[in-house]
Parts: sequence; structure tokens; C-alpha cells
Amino acid sequence: MSQPTADQFTGYSRREFIKRVIASGAAVSAAAYMYGGLTGCSRKGRAAGGVERLVSLNINGQVRRVDVLPNESLAMTLRYKLGLTGTKLGCDRGECGACTVVIDDIAYNSCSTLTHTVRARKVLTIEGLAGPNGELHPVQKAFVEELAPQCGFCTPGQVMSACALLKHNPRPTRDEARVAMSGNLCRCGAYDNYLNGVLRAAAAGGAA
Amino acid sequence: MTFKLIGKDFIPHDVVAKVTGSAKYAEDFRAEGMVFCRLLTSPMPHARVKHIDATEALKMEGVLGMITADDIPAGPPGFAPSLTREPMYVGEPILAVAAISEQAAEDCIEKIKIDYEPLPFTHDPLESLFPGGKDARGDGFNIGTLAGLPPGKIKWTAADFARVKQGEQLPMGKPAEEWAFGDVDAEFKKCKVVYEEPFVTASLAHHSMEPRSAMAYWQNGKCFVHASLQSQAFALPPLAQMLGLKPEEVVLIAEYCGGGFGSKGTAYPCMVIPAYLSKKIGKPVMMRISRAEEFYLGSARNAFQGNIKVGFDAAGKLLAADVYVVQDSGAHVSFWDYRAVGDALALVYQPNAMRWRGLPVFTNAPTRTAQRGPGQNQLACVMEPLVDRAARELKLDRVEIRKRNNPVNGSGGSPGPDGKRTVVPSAYLRDALDKGRAKFNWDERMKRSGRKNGPRVTGIGVGQAFHPSGFAGFDGLLCLKPDGKLHIHTGIGNLGTFSHSGTSRIAAEVLKIDWEDCVIERGDSRRNLPWNIGQFGSNTSYTMTRTNYVAAQDMLAKLREIAAQDLGGKPEDYDVDGKNVFAKSNPSKSLSYGDAAKRAIALGGKFDGHDLPKDINPMTQASATALAGSGLIGVAKDNLPWTGQPSAFAACFIEIELDTETGMHRIVDLVSVADCGTVIHPKGLETQIKGGAVQGIGMASLERLVFDPQNGLPANVGLHQQKPPSYLDLPAEMHTDAVDKPDPSNPVGAKGIGEPLMGASASALLCAISDAMGGHVFNRTPVLPDMIVNQLAGRPQPRKPLSINTQ
Repeated sequence: MSQPTADQFTGYSRREFIKRVIASGAAVSAAAYMYGGLTGCSRKGRAAGGVERLVSLNINGQVRRVDVLPNESLAMTLRYKLGLTGTKLGCDRGECGACTVVIDDIAYNSCSTLTHTVRARKVLTIEGLAGPNGELHPVQKAFVEELAPQCGFCTPGQVMSACALLKHNPRPTRDEARVAMSGNLCRCGAYDNYLNGVLRAAAAGGAA
Repeated sequence: MTFKLIGKDFIPHDVVAKVTGSAKYAEDFRAEGMVFCRLLTSPMPHARVKHIDATEALKMEGVLGMITADDIPAGPPGFAPSLTREPMYVGEPILAVAAISEQAAEDCIEKIKIDYEPLPFTHDPLESLFPGGKDARGDGFNIGTLAGLPPGKIKWTAADFARVKQGEQLPMGKPAEEWAFGDVDAEFKKCKVVYEEPFVTASLAHHSMEPRSAMAYWQNGKCFVHASLQSQAFALPPLAQMLGLKPEEVVLIAEYCGGGFGSKGTAYPCMVIPAYLSKKIGKPVMMRISRAEEFYLGSARNAFQGNIKVGFDAAGKLLAADVYVVQDSGAHVSFWDYRAVGDALALVYQPNAMRWRGLPVFTNAPTRTAQRGPGQNQLACVMEPLVDRAARELKLDRVEIRKRNNPVNGSGGSPGPDGKRTVVPSAYLRDALDKGRAKFNWDERMKRSGRKNGPRVTGIGVGQAFHPSGFAGFDGLLCLKPDGKLHIHTGIGNLGTFSHSGTSRIAAEVLKIDWEDCVIERGDSRRNLPWNIGQFGSNTSYTMTRTNYVAAQDMLAKLREIAAQDLGGKPEDYDVDGKNVFAKSNPSKSLSYGDAAKRAIALGGKFDGHDLPKDINPMTQASATALAGSGLIGVAKDNLPWTGQPSAFAACFIEIELDTETGMHRIVDLVSVADCGTVIHPKGLETQIKGGAVQGIGMASLERLVFDPQNGLPANVGLHQQKPPSYLDLPAEMHTDAVDKPDPSNPVGAKGIGEPLMGASASALLCAISDAMGGHVFNRTPVLPDMIVNQLAGRPQPRKPLSINTQ
């Protein structure tokens, strides 16, 4: 059993990510967020942050035009420029999975994905899952039924990882689900209920 | 008692928001004109900031202002400040800069010149206790704790240290506190087996998934704070105090909290930084806390160095215990874990005689606070493997020896200040052990204990733990509106247990109203919340069912009075059915809840909140007054009888396969059982039981803080280097159960749940590892693979028995 990984599909590793950040002129700091804040708040022309560029992104099926710094992570674009705060930042360094989004059907840590690399790709966030009338996605429904979230902070990431898994493996075994979800930490320890939720969603045709 | 809602599952109102991402945590809020702040934190474990030169830095483009320790009033001596001129741990905030972007704030901080004078530091309490040894603080204090033990100084004598083998035995000089009961020496003489061991339990980070970001602004004379807090009403007065304001001048929004585990129980120093900055620059300020900053500011469990002596008779009864705990408290005043060790030992194992001594010592470790089962869970990790050792030597069943010592209803715990031992209204730990034993199939599994399969050996373990779990004296507040909806105002927090709703259902139960007709008001101090306890200490289930019960009883009495006034007769002639208050003799003589609410408004006085009970808290007074005239008010202080310290217990059973070549283990099966009184919300209980078990696995076998003793630097910051359990560290499935016997001191029989489940699983795992190794006891948490491999190979361990904060 092997789940597809980001590297396999894009040939784009974490190391590559860091190299690109450095190439774009930004310092990489483990201890600090180095991003400009809100639209219009970045200091144009400065070497440290680079220059914002207007790009088009496909987010949850909608084309969104947004000014993006070269070193801007997708998590920051979503949260601070597009108002999509459902994507959480737990560590900002690819350790916890709270920021997981689905890009072209693959689960990614959006904190470690540069926004300018997802142009012309389809980005799905937690806000894009429920139907037009608010009906929950099978994974969301199953997580509610299993009372899977506790504090709820890791939940959007857990939901997105589960969605990506079911897209590729609609009927995973418990072990397959556990491996696929293992990039998503939950300090409350709600793993067993999340797994029950994934299997429940699979049984209900959760790949939808 | 039969219930309509209690004991039944329901969908809490906030779970859908959590799965859809619409739940708003502190960092999800935005305000018009919002700017960002960044912290400058100490690069040294202890230093004095001699000079700050920010003149040029503050002129940089986009920079809006700076605050230092001079801008925030200091708290009481020994307590952690928000910003400091004498940082006492790496990562302690010194100043904060606000700018139009985080990048600009960071650039400014890079340019600020600070002149530090390095000061002596220590990461070993025994070093600070040594005569002339280095102290963590420059104020002359080396001991102190949150309640009851003000900061002070204790040094042991050279003779205390000379008596023992360095690093292998605890010197046991003068303690800060001690108590005893029974004749300890005489009881030890009666014992068949006596063990005396040094022990160490490591510190581990709380690692809340949501870093404690905060956003604040000032509007119309009030300070608005969006914060990550386990508690709501309870946190408001201390937050206001830190801001130099009255509680009514602060609006606190803490509707969701991304995990706290004790570290966000009440207001904490760094959360006021954006508020002070915002006041200075006149703009809303967002302070995003990074994962590394959360490691420093987000707290960790207190670590212990200790000595334990226990003696059992031939039947396995614990006759005597003598325990000395030195607590590595971190740099500032912290929680009293060391006290809870004595409390837990006295209660859970019921020795005939016991002595407890404790000494909390400051070190230059980051902030420490209560963490799930503070003290009780460390004690479980120390004591349970020793109980197994006795069982092995005395040839007793390991479940039976525990049951022989367990408390029962009315048993005593530790002695209070008056020397009298506290009593517990209910203790069904024996039932929890029996239930778990059956569900786990203990007798059958024990046949596999020690079985080898290639390099893998099967180990079977059982563990147990306790936590006190409830308070009294807080207020309940309800408002029945003219549309017939019951608004349940609850000042408890949202820690992720769903107990804000679970405990509110008791009000609906008393009034027999449909749950669909209830509205929970919580999470924002503008929602007219009563004075309630914080969401910590496994107390919510107990404390909040009492407050909601008394408020509902008050409303019920008022409904009957209104009916009697309007329809004739006496209040006791009337009953309620959830929609109407009606005459028992003639149910057609009735008043709907909505009409009763309208009548309450017309009648005024006590009915609609214009006359309030005198004994309720000023916060409840203010909230009820704001609601006055909008419906029928039910409000009361919880004056129900207090018959002892309600106490939660848990038992856990674990089977592992230990790989003797790698020292790694795999958990084959896990069964956890809670003695939590009446089950209020089965699904919520199940998640709490499993979550506690997961954290216990981390505590026993994965997590610990490591500091470099030479430079005082932390060696494992963050989630990767100090990894909490993931999906892959757990058994494929986890099993739960509950005793479900009511506690007599609570109107629905509820008591606490969450904390002992961690200690039970941690100790069960340690016992299973010990079992797989033929009974070897490490006297240390966590037990790591290298320790196991060294032990099995007969090699010495790289650390001494009392080495602390080591790899």
C-alpha cells in the first residue's frame, strides 16, 4: 500500500521549496513568520520581501485575483488575503498538518507551499467542501457523527487529508487510513474517532 | 433517576463549525486597521537587559511602536511578567514591536541593539539546593509555588549532600512543606517487602495545537481581547487586572480554544501584550505566536526528582509510604504538582501511615503550568510499576493487589491544614478495574505475558490514576424568553470536551424542555455570562451541573409561582411538562412557557431579574441585570451541600509487543475505563477517555524536555523534536468503558473525567514494558528505547538515576 505523495506528483520537495524561497530573496527562519501582512501592507520594492505580483488562483472552484509576494505561503494567502481562515497554522513548518489543503486532489501542507506555484492548479480548502446549501461533505458528516473533533484546531487539516485519501483510495483499510492521515497531529488525541470517521465516510461513498 | 437528556448522545452546536472551518479561533479575527506585532525574546537562559537602543530601529518604514517591561505593570514577586528586563529562560519576551506587517516588525527587531549581562543559570534543582549553588532567579528566591507557598529561599547543607551518593540518591534536606499521618516507622517494620527508589519524571510540553495568538483593540472605552483560553468567565477578572482595568471594561472573546491541557486555564502574561501595544499606537494589534514561541510561552509539565519508599504486607496491602518530591518548577511561580503526589498516594493506595515532603525549586526552564493530572499522573508513573514489583515478589495477581489498596466511598485522602484527612463522596476504582479486567480479558492475556516471538516479547500492563474533580459556590443563569426558548448562559470555556453543552443539558432536564428549544450563550463576555469556574482540573462536569441545576430549580419555582398567581392555587399545585406549567389536578389549566416569560416581564421584581439574590457574584449580578426585563430569569448560587472532595478515577489495560533488539514497542490493545460518576454524554466521554490515553502514551514513552547543561539552551523545541503521539504510535483501535455509578454529592451524579485517564494509560504502558522485561522498573519517565536496549544488554545507562532534563 502506498499513498501518492506530493513529491511523486509534482517532483517538488520541501528542500526544493526552501531553495526557491532563498532564490526569491527571503531569509528562511524557523522561529519567525517573515511575511507581509495584509494586502497593501507589504513594502513594495524591498529586497527582503520582494515585490507583490497580481496572480489568478483557482480556489474552491472560483478564480480569485490576488497580490502575492514571491515568498508567500499558500496558508498566508488563504488566511490573510482571501479571508479563508478555516485553514489553520499550527506550526508553519510542515510538522503538524493543521494547514492541509488539497491541490489537484493531493494533500499538501499549505504552510510549506508557495502561493505562486499553485497558479493554474485547483486548490480546495475546508471552506470549499460543503455543498451550496450547506450540506456537509461525507467526511465532514462522518466526523460530526463520530464526534471526531475535540478542540477542533487540527480538524480542517484532518478533513482535507481524509478527502485526499478517499479520492485515491475510496475504500481504505484502517491501516491504510492511519498511514495516510499520519501527517496530521492531534494533541487532544482524537485519532481513533477520526479514523472511525474516515471509514464511515468511505462506507458512505466519501470520495464524492 | 431516569433522564430524558443526561446519558444520551447529541450533536453539540460547535462541532459542525469545527468540521467546516467556520469556528473562529483567536488568530482568525480581523479588525479594521489591524497591524501586527512581533516579540524580541531572550537568547540566554538568564540575563539582565542593561540597555535597549531602539532609536534608529523605530524610525524604520512601517514601524509603529514598541513596548518594553516599563510599559506593563509588574505582577506579584515571582510571577511571570509579560515583558521583562531580567529574562530567566531562553525565549522569554523582552519587548514587542508593532508594525504594518510582520516583516517590518521583524526587520525592526533585527536592528534593535540590546546589551545583555549574562547571569548564572541552572537546569537542575539539586544544583540550586546545594549550599552556594547557582539560582535561577536574581531576586534571591529559589523556591515557591502558585498557592500557599510564597517565593522564598531554601538551601540544603553540605552534610545533606555528603550523606548520599551524588546523582544516585536524593539528599533529602529540609523540605518546604510536609505532612504525615499514622506511625510510619512502625508500619514499615510490619512490612513483608519494602522498596526505596530514587525517581525522575521528565517535563513535557503542553504542545497545544493552537499557538496562543491574541488580537486586541480599544473601542468606546473598552478593551477587546480575542484570546486562546480554556476558560471564559474565570479568566476575565485576572485579565482585567493585568490590563489595569475593571472586568466590565474588558470584552473577552474566547469562543474556541485550540487545546490547552492546563496551559490556558486562566489569563496568562503574554496575552496582554497586543492590548498594551494597541493602546500605545491606537490601532488593533494581532500577535501571532509561532510554534517555537509556543514552546517557550505555552508551558510544560513540572518535572520531578524524588525518593519513594513503600512497604507492603504479605497480602499486598500498602502499610507505609514515604515520598519526597523535588519539583523542577521552571523560572517562575508554577503549579503545585509536588503536593498532588502526596494527595494521590494517600487516596489511591490508602496506606496505614504515610509521610510526604515537597520542595518546588526554580530553574531556568520555560514557563511551567498545570498539565493534565499535574502531580497525580507523575505519581501514577512512579507508583504503579512498584505495585507490580510487589505483586511479582508476593506472587499476587496485579489487578487484585490494586483492588486490595483502592479507596471506597468515604475513604480519606491527604490531611488538610487542620490535620483532618479529606474524604471522597464516591470512589469506584475497584469497579473500573473489574470492568477493564473483563473487557480486556486480563486472565487470558496474562497467559501471554513474557511470550517471545523472535525478538519481540509480549508485555501486559495495568495502571490507575486519580484527580480531584469538582468545586462548589459558582452561579447559574438562565433566561426563558417570550418565544419559549430557554437561553442557558454558561461562563465555562470551550476546551473541546463539549461539556459547555453537556452540563447545560441538566437545566433542560429539570425544566423538561426540548433540547431544540435551548440556546447556549457562551464564549464572549458580552453574552451576559454568570461567574463560573475555569475549564480545568476535570471539574466542569461536576461544578457546572450543579450551577445549572440550581438555576433551573430557581426557574422552576418561579414558573409555579407565576402559574399560581395567574390561575389560582398554590405553587406546589403546579408541575411542568417542558412546554407548559399546568395544574396537577387539571392539566388543562395551564400557561405556556412563552406566556409565563411574558408574565414574568409584566410582574418584574425577582421574576424578570430586577431583584436578584444577594449572594451571587458581581459578574452574575451584572449579567442578570443586563438581561432583566427580557424574560423569566433563573439565577442562583450553588449552595448545594459539599460532602467531600469529588474525585475521578481511571484504570487502563495495555498489551504490547516489545522489540528487544530496537527497544521499540507496539501497542497491541488498549482498554481504558473511567470512574466519572453518571455518564452525561457517552460520545463525549469516549473521546475524553481515548484522548487521555493518547497523551499518557506520549508521557510514558515519547516526550521529554532536554536542556544543554553547559549553555542552558533547549535541545528539542517544537513538534518534530519533541513529538507527541501520532496515528502511528497507537493501537489500531482503542476501547473504552465507564463505571457509570452516580456520585452522591452531585444532583445528577456527575464527577470529573479527563485527567486520570492520562495517568492510567501512562502507568499501564510503563507496567507493560516492565512486564515484557521480566519486571525491571526504570523509576523514570519517559522510558525510551535506548534505556530498554541498554538494560537488556546489561550496559550501564548513560544518565544517573537523578539526572534531569537529559537526553
